[in-house]
Amino acid sequence: MAEHISLAVIGGGPAGMAAAAAAYDSGITDVTVFERDSELGGILNQCIHNGFGLHTFKEELTGPEYAARYIEQVKQRGIHCETDSMVLSISPEKQITVVSKARGMRVIGADAIILAMGCRERPRGALNIPGMRPQGIYTAGTAQKLINCEGVMPGKEVVILGSGDIGLIMARRMTLEGAHVRLVAELMPYSGGLKRNIVQCLDDYGIPLKLSHTVVDIRGRRKLEGVVIAEVDGTGTPIPGTEEYYECDTLLLSCGLIPENELSLSAGITINGATSGPVVDEYLNTSIPGIFACGNVLHVHDLVDFVSEEAGRAGRNAAKYIADKGSRKNEPHIVKLIPGNGVRYTVPCTIDTANTEEDIHLRFRVRNVYKGCTIKVSANGNTIISKKKRITVPSEMEDIILKPDMLGGIDGDITVGIEEGGV
Amino acid sequence: MTRELICIGCPMGCELTVEVEDGKAVSVTGNTCGIGKKYAETEVSAPTRMVTTTVMADNGKPVPVKTRTAVPKEKISDVVKAVKSTTIKLPARIGDTAVENAAGTGIDVIVTKNAG
Repeated sequence: MAEHISLAVIGGGPAGMAAAAAAYDSGITDVTVFERDSELGGILNQCIHNGFGLHTFKEELTGPEYAARYIEQVKQRGIHCETDSMVLSISPEKQITVVSKARGMRVIGADAIILAMGCRERPRGALNIPGMRPQGIYTAGTAQKLINCEGVMPGKEVVILGSGDIGLIMARRMTLEGAHVRLVAELMPYSGGLKRNIVQCLDDYGIPLKLSHTVVDIRGRRKLEGVVIAEVDGTGTPIPGTEEYYECDTLLLSCGLIPENELSLSAGITINGATSGPVVDEYLNTSIPGIFACGNVLHVHDLVDFVSEEAGRAGRNAAKYIADKGSRKNEPHIVKLIPGNGVRYTVPCTIDTANTEEDIHLRFRVRNVYKGCTIKVSANGNTIISKKKRITVPSEMEDIILKPDMLGGIDGDITVGIEEGGV
Repeated sequence: MTRELICIGCPMGCELTVEVEDGKAVSVTGNTCGIGKKYAETEVSAPTRMVTTTVMADNGKPVPVKTRTAVPKEKISDVVKAVKSTTIKLPARIGDTAVENAAGTGIDVIVTKNAG
């Protein structure tokens, strides 16, 4: 006889913990969190810098401190957590296959599942960097784990490719640990990281940031000896004659994050090409009823506070789904959300306007830097809501709240777009 | 003396020009709002930073720590040196003092993760 539980939460990071606690508080107590690491907390455990929790707790916490607040919430409620347990697959019928050293392989059925597996860094293989394949090339997060959790320094002379926040944080971290960070190269003409991190992680330590530059060659047979950096043109193509050689023993890659959806794919869940995360409705329900997604597995966030908030909604919605046995009050009326001018994607992708009772967080990212613009949400040429912005940047997620009363009488698709020159 | 700064208040990242006399800002230009002016004034007179790093525990594993409050920017490397010359005993709890009065700043370095 196969095991059965009410709610299975896959992943014990910030999303999984907040989802489990919220579902519990909504009356579903038969919850199990599956975590492949030996402790809860996920990637927060290696993010020892501060700046987490300003929205949620109104104070600046480090990653482990932020995680500890939610670990406490999970413990207080007595929520069952299986650490050192790896979920191998999920079936469309909501059965999960999980393996652990302690209990072997099991198949567990669930009334609902919350996907909270987080994301992964884009590795060298996904970047098409030419050159040799020596030892000494790490993703920034791997180096972060080695230094902060294992106490091991990957090298002494460092070049960092990509100016996302993890790359910037690691530039400072490696400097504080005694390494020499020679430069941060960024392919785009703007940084993917927060201004605060550029000032406090690079400028404070005199580390140069070269925008519109990339690595065009990697040298060294067994051990990394150096990299060649070149300037790129507007299309991202290296400009001949601009090559410069940098001797180094370590190359860190901070070139973007990809939601980790192998399990979602195993269940046959539809993936949004723009986010690499599941397509969801306003309940954060994926294409399979009863399987929800939240946090970085859904779309990459820049603030953990927004992950926790989103996961809380997924937890409450999953609890409601279980209690209502999947039924909805009114006959569904589904409208699509379409990314319009300058918008790369939206979460959710659809809204059931006949059943909307709670505020909907409409989250999206813009394609470019827009100064003095208006974000416009409209349907059939009528504006539902608009918001003036001094600036929007691709590295900061936008969040617009749609109230249920705004959605009455809407027929046809809802478009979210940027209008320039509105301010 | 003139100093060029980038405001960290929001994604605008205004480029600020600050006229400094006797370590104090006498004028700030390039800012779009009051946040930029305030940032520039603090940054040229008494810049401070939180320091986060790891301290070695007696089991040979690092434990994350932070300064209880921000320390003067020029003390960052001394604070890190003080932490690196320390070994703490496990178990350690969030908020435990790892290094008292780090590098004479008057500010303690405290543990940020329950360990051991």
